[in-house]
Amino acid sequence: MSASAEATVLITHTVGLHARPSVKFTKLAKSFTAEVEVAVATNGPWFDAKSIVKVMAAKAPKGTMLHIRAKGDGARAAVEALVDLVQRDFDEDADHARSA
Amino acid sequence: MRIEGIPASPGYAEGPLFDLDRPRARYKAKAGAAEEKAALEGAIGKAIGRLAALVEAADGDVAGILEFHIAMLEDDALSGPAFASIGSGQPADVAWRAALDSEIAGYEASDQDYFRARAADLRDIRDQVLRALSEDSEVAAPPGAILYGEDIAPTRFLETDWSEGGGIALRAGSTASHVAMLARSRGVPMVVGLGIPDGPRTGVALLDAERGGITFSPSPAEIEAFRQSASLFADRQGAAQTFLTEPAMTKAGTAVRVQVNIAYPSDVDGIDVATCDGIGLMRTEFLFGKTLPDEETQYRAYRRVLEWAGDKPVTIRTVDAGGDKPVPGFTVEETNPFLGLRGIRLSLARRDIFRVQIRALLRAAIHGNLKVMFPMIATPDEYSQAAALFAQEQAALAALGVAQKLPPLGIMVEVPSVALAPEAFADAAFFSIGSNDLTQYVMAAARDNAAVAHLNAVRHPAVLRLIAAVAAFGREKGIPVSLCGDAGGDPAAIPALLEAGLRDLSVAPAQLAMAKAAIADVAV
Repeated sequence: MSASAEATVLITHTVGLHARPSVKFTKLAKSFTAEVEVAVATNGPWFDAKSIVKVMAAKAPKGTMLHIRAKGDGARAAVEALVDLVQRDFDEDADHARSA
Repeated sequence: MRIEGIPASPGYAEGPLFDLDRPRARYKAKAGAAEEKAALEGAIGKAIGRLAALVEAADGDVAGILEFHIAMLEDDALSGPAFASIGSGQPADVAWRAALDSEIAGYEASDQDYFRARAADLRDIRDQVLRALSEDSEVAAPPGAILYGEDIAPTRFLETDWSEGGGIALRAGSTASHVAMLARSRGVPMVVGLGIPDGPRTGVALLDAERGGITFSPSPAEIEAFRQSASLFADRQGAAQTFLTEPAMTKAGTAVRVQVNIAYPSDVDGIDVATCDGIGLMRTEFLFGKTLPDEETQYRAYRRVLEWAGDKPVTIRTVDAGGDKPVPGFTVEETNPFLGLRGIRLSLARRDIFRVQIRALLRAAIHGNLKVMFPMIATPDEYSQAAALFAQEQAALAALGVAQKLPPLGIMVEVPSVALAPEAFADAAFFSIGSNDLTQYVMAAARDNAAVAHLNAVRHPAVLRLIAAVAAFGREKGIPVSLCGDAGGDPAAIPALLEAGLRDLSVAPAQLAMAKAAIADVAV
């Protein structure tokens, strides 16, 4: 039995899916056992969402529709958590509050 | 043997020399592929460990970059090609370099500025592992050492443990460099412009960063005299500490406002807000570092400082790139950069970039007592154009329903045309005298050129006369005038500045106590 889930989310963060957001994105992806992939176009190429090297290579600037798909245990939870992170602009402001 | 130089950050250091220019060790190839792989794995692990230690001491923005480096190094996708090449017979250093260079080429080919700029991060990552591979034991200077060499990288400064003293002695270097500013704000003694002859690179040395000089292989008599001077300096500093928590006041009871200059948002971490009257100058060039920061990054940086200051004023200077502070993708190469497209000239020429900063400032303004000033203003037209851009961006943000506020807009007085004819700038909300640049332009002596350092004297009557005239004009018209150059924190210059009519100085955080102590000694 293998669960799968898929979603699309708009990147609103000013610099897009770049250095610091990518660190958070891949860290979150790695917390799930499901296989997670991202793409900037519906027909791929799909990149391993747990590899920051691959996620950075997706070169997703602000305004990109990011496609996320997952397969395996907790696939739905993984996709939902990642979509939520992107929608929260990667918590960049909350982080600021912590370090201030 | 004593070599004279220029003090860049006051203090005394006695300790072993550490050679900054020592050549890098070479990687020694191992017996077989298995050993090569183990060497690369070990080197990556070491590089990660080093970065993790730096993260501990770093603040939000710097930590974010370091964490990115760590995440990249931890990713098998980065090292995979290198391990594959080792499998087919290459030594670890060659394989790693080739793998990273191909990754770097991908970033360099990007059509997005932000992405292209990440190539520098990848090069940094590449070199960190190469250093670990060659088992370069000189990576860290021993605590208490005097770092001696041509010049020093900011990362080297950040990596060095200054808890047990030590200092920096440079043959080239500049008192206006990033490291000099870091050294002043952390209280690390530093001397630049030590030039010729080249001193020995081993043994003990005495660094006198009060007068500016280094003594190699000192005699017992020299050591004794040095320790006396160092102890007197420490006494003066200790005595000054008692002034730190009090508002500054002259012997005659005249109140003087003393604010601080900062370069990084994290600089405020080490300052008790109660000891100063605000931030007289927050530089923004360093935010621009190697890459152009986006609006959000800038907004967060400004907001952080404003929230730290509470009700006290925070004067942020719009980006003063150009001159000796190039920013890739922003500044232009010029044969005479100090007289070229720098400061407000560059911002007005690159309005796309300037508007981003303006929006970040307008949004941050609601979080505290913000004032904004423009660097390198030479004509009233430049001020009007910059102010008009603020009004335009404010209207645009308001139309989008974004919270914002228009801060008071002032100017730096550093181009002689402004100091000579301040009446053309009566519209400005305030003046801030940039004594470093004003002096270099009045005396025609570049501030980064050790050969003409003796001409770069703020106490020359010509410079002081201009400062007095600007202070008098401000009093007459009700325009606040402050001074934010290095002279403001120099105990030798403070009496002359107060006599010239100034009552508002902004100094490096490490000079706060000494500046207040020096003010208390003045009779005006």
